[in-house]
Amino acid sequence: MAQQPHLTTKQRMAIDRQPMPAQAAELRSINFEEVNLGFTEQLAILEAQRCLQCKKPKCVAGCPVSVDIPKFINLVAAGDLRGAAQSLLHDNALPCVTGRVCPQEIQCEQVCLRGRPMRGEPGTPVAIGHLERFVADWAAAHPDLVAPPKPEPTGRRVAIIGSGPGGLTAAGELARLGHDVTVFEAFHASGGVLLYGIPEFRLPKDIVQQEVDRLVRQGVTIEHNTIVGRTYTLPELRERFDAVFVAVGAGLPVFMNVPGENLKGVYAANEYLTRVNLMGAHRPDADTPVLRGRRVAVVGGGNVAMDAVRTAKRLGADEATIVYRRSRTELPARAEEVHHAEEEGVQFQFLTAPVEVVGDDHGWVAGLACVRMELGEPDDSGRRRPVAIPGSEFVVPADMVVVAIGTRANPLLTQTSPDLTINRWGYIEADADGRTSIPGVFAGGDIVRGAATVILAMGDGKRAATAIDAYLRGPG
Amino acid sequence: MHAIRSKTLLSPNVTRFVVEAPRIAEIRKPGQFVIVRLGPGAERIPLTIADADPAAGTITLVIQAVGKSTHDLVDLDPGDAIRDIAGPLGRPTELLPAGHAVCVGGGVGTAVVFPIAQALAAAGVRVTSVIGGRSKEWVIFADELRGTGDVVVCTDDGSAGRKGFVTQALAELCEGGGIDEVYAVGPVPMMRACAELTRPYGIKTTVSLNSIMVDGTGMCGGCRVGIGDTSQYACVDGPEFDGHAVDFDLLIDRLTTYREFEQDALARRSQPGQCLEGDR
Ligand SMILES: Cc1cc2nc3c(=O)[nH]c(=O)nc-3n(C[C@H](O)[C@H](O)[C@H](O)COP(=O)(O)OP(=O)(O)OC[C@H]3O[C@@H](n4cnc5c(N)ncnc54)[C@H](O)[C@@H]3O)c2cc1C
Ligand SMILES: Cc1cc2nc3c(=O)[nH]c(=O)nc-3n(C[C@H](O)[C@H](O)[C@H](O)COP(=O)(O)OP(=O)(O)OC[C@H]3O[C@@H](n4cnc5c(N)ncnc54)[C@H](O)[C@@H]3O)c2cc1C
Ligand code: SF4
Ligand code: SF4
Ligand code: FES
Repeated sequence: MAQQPHLTTKQRMAIDRQPMPAQAAELRSINFEEVNLGFTEQLAILEAQRCLQCKKPKCVAGCPVSVDIPKFINLVAAGDLRGAAQSLLHDNALPCVTGRVCPQEIQCEQVCLRGRPMRGEPGTPVAIGHLERFVADWAAAHPDLVAPPKPEPTGRRVAIIGSGPGGLTAAGELARLGHDVTVFEAFHASGGVLLYGIPEFRLPKDIVQQEVDRLVRQGVTIEHNTIVGRTYTLPELRERFDAVFVAVGAGLPVFMNVPGENLKGVYAANEYLTRVNLMGAHRPDADTPVLRGRRVAVVGGGNVAMDAVRTAKRLGADEATIVYRRSRTELPARAEEVHHAEEEGVQFQFLTAPVEVVGDDHGWVAGLACVRMELGEPDDSGRRRPVAIPGSEFVVPADMVVVAIGTRANPLLTQTSPDLTINRWGYIEADADGRTSIPGVFAGGDIVRGAATVILAMGDGKRAATAIDAYLRGPG
Repeated sequence: MHAIRSKTLLSPNVTRFVVEAPRIAEIRKPGQFVIVRLGPGAERIPLTIADADPAAGTITLVIQAVGKSTHDLVDLDPGDAIRDIAGPLGRPTELLPAGHAVCVGGGVGTAVVFPIAQALAAAGVRVTSVIGGRSKEWVIFADELRGTGDVVVCTDDGSAGRKGFVTQALAELCEGGGIDEVYAVGPVPMMRACAELTRPYGIKTTVSLNSIMVDGTGMCGGCRVGIGDTSQYACVDGPEFDGHAVDFDLLIDRLTTYREFEQDALARRSQPGQCLEGDR
């Protein structure tokens, strides 16, 4: 077993958080290569040594899928990367992804003991996400060393609808348990938002493809170009398979409902990002076009908005501006993304809400008319509600506008499955293990929660897989 | 992979393919379409399912070569295969239950109107088709449509059928009375003219909108069209809408969004060998 190098707490405390090597901002803001370059083994071991190996590790409780963080980090500190990889992959099916996209600062790292201020010094948490990414990338480079043993086939067939993180996780777990798994995906390629939403510069697409290839090697079948609700209905699949897991994501874009929204040059973030990430519109050899705005206004403050604005920058925008109706502290995006966007020269108009997209004589966007806001009383979400300041109207100059203010549930599947109970917003009703109103049909991810996170969708996929396995092995 | 079983040139730039797609052939309904992607790097393009043979497991696509992607597609031959076909998409046509329907087809739109005429005739509705093209060789699907009822052929130069536009023939039919619904599919100006023509008669007029699409499942919002006071998605709420409520100006305008890219792509396509120079 791994030999722990002897370090005292004091020695561990003396090590500073290792910065993530990254491409220089001037360089990366004009290319699509990944911004973060990843730890070297040396940096990773040093960072891992900062972990205090807490007896009651708070970090684990902060992780939605309870990754055994001290265990894998301890193995990294000891230089046992294979052991670390096996431990991590046991808890988390897509660590290459979560290490890159989890909002660590409000999950595992937020509660890390080393993040607490001590003796007047501000704390800095262990870089759990960066270490997770390091170990996961090592595992991906050594697939034969971490391959799970071949299970005994159970002869039971499970359909998974949607190949986003929820669907992929469930598929992997169920295949590992010996079930015969088929994934149905509407698009011509797999990965869901990991593929068509999150850009290459945050999550390289070959990483997503590696994960998909791994599942295919495990025996999972993927049927692309299959839209459940059109090509098949859920009841039809329920009849053909012993169980079904629905993870179709949220999917429908929300528009602002202001005049001028149908002008040429107004995109929903879904369309803008899909054209680039899925269809490769930024590459010279792709047939799908995308508009290249010189002055791009992106409405919203979440990860989607940050991804859109940084994409616009990379596609040549001189000015790329976030228009957000609350203030900086309320920005829902990952801290690292906001920080990277600032470094790349993205501008921010806080406390600003659009009232109209202004057009020119030829039907193109010419600006985004906005109004200034101030923060009033807290609303249901506990955040202070923005209120418009009368007479504060002004125009953000823009030739392109990207709307990134949220998504709704896509009704294609639910409309054609009358026995499936949905809530009043159209999301599927499911219990903690993903059970829906139809026996044998489970659901999870954004289509149950509304727009959430990768790791929550993965957690749902994992719990549902356990419940499906029990259902398939159970009596009757 | 979807093998191409047969290929026929219907008019100088309109090609008919019979393609393997068993599941779609089995369940498609009139008015529905597929999204086709030729292979890596290619666009996703929407095409109406013009016909299907469930026993043979094939669907018929009728393609007018207008830009790079459609030209690439019609260059394929029997034995070649199309990488991706997704569908059937869109809402099926709401078929008139009984009475007299006029199906108007302009150019490649005639292939889109054919499955509607077929379904109407099968349900016992009287069908009159009015179809047109520039001249004789541009008129397609006349024989197929004759199997569904009367067919009036119109050509701009009079080389086949009557001389003149389909709208003139439609005006006469409306004037004659007894028309319960008009289905009009073709170039946007034609659909608009048909809708304007039937409006004073209060004849319900269904048109099929060809907005620019990406996913075809309601996810991207790119295909939005103005219907009355609302924005709707042509891929899931349509593609057929009440012609009297459509904002045709908006549709025409939005269809020009990528004009520069399209012209560029087509120009580069016709200069093989130097296509990517200067881009890299
Ligand atoms: C631009 C962007 C950036 C984001 N950044 C982050 C981030 O940094 N960190 C983070 O944690 N979260 C982020 N999120 C949120 C996160 O991606 C989602 O919460 C997560 O992907 C949800 O996973 P899912 O499996 O439920 O569905 P999805 O990832 O949405 O996948 C659903 C899949 O189902 C397919 N599908 C849909 N309907 C059908 C149908 N009828 N039949 C067949 N297939 C269908 C879709 O094509 C898709 O492939 C981001 C989201 C976006 C859009
Ligand atoms: C629901 C639906 C069903 C369709 N069915 C058929 C069909 O059965 N047969 C067929 O030939 N075409 C059909 N179309 C149109 C077809 O999808 C487009 O012609 C095709 O996408 C153009 O691609 P391109 O790269 O060859 O041309 P582009 O280079 O993209 O465009 C060339 C020219 O065509 C115009 N154009 C672009 N997109 C469209 C569009 N969606 N509709 C009309 N004109 C467009 C452009 O303005 C430009 O002038 C349908 C479209 C929709 C939305
Ligand atoms: S999965 Fe996410 S929350 Fe859990 S340990 Fe990894 S980075 Fe942290
Ligand atoms: S809370 Fe921080 S220091 Fe403690 S075990 Fe977890 S990562 Fe290590
Ligand atoms: S094509 Fe994307 S919403 Fe209709």
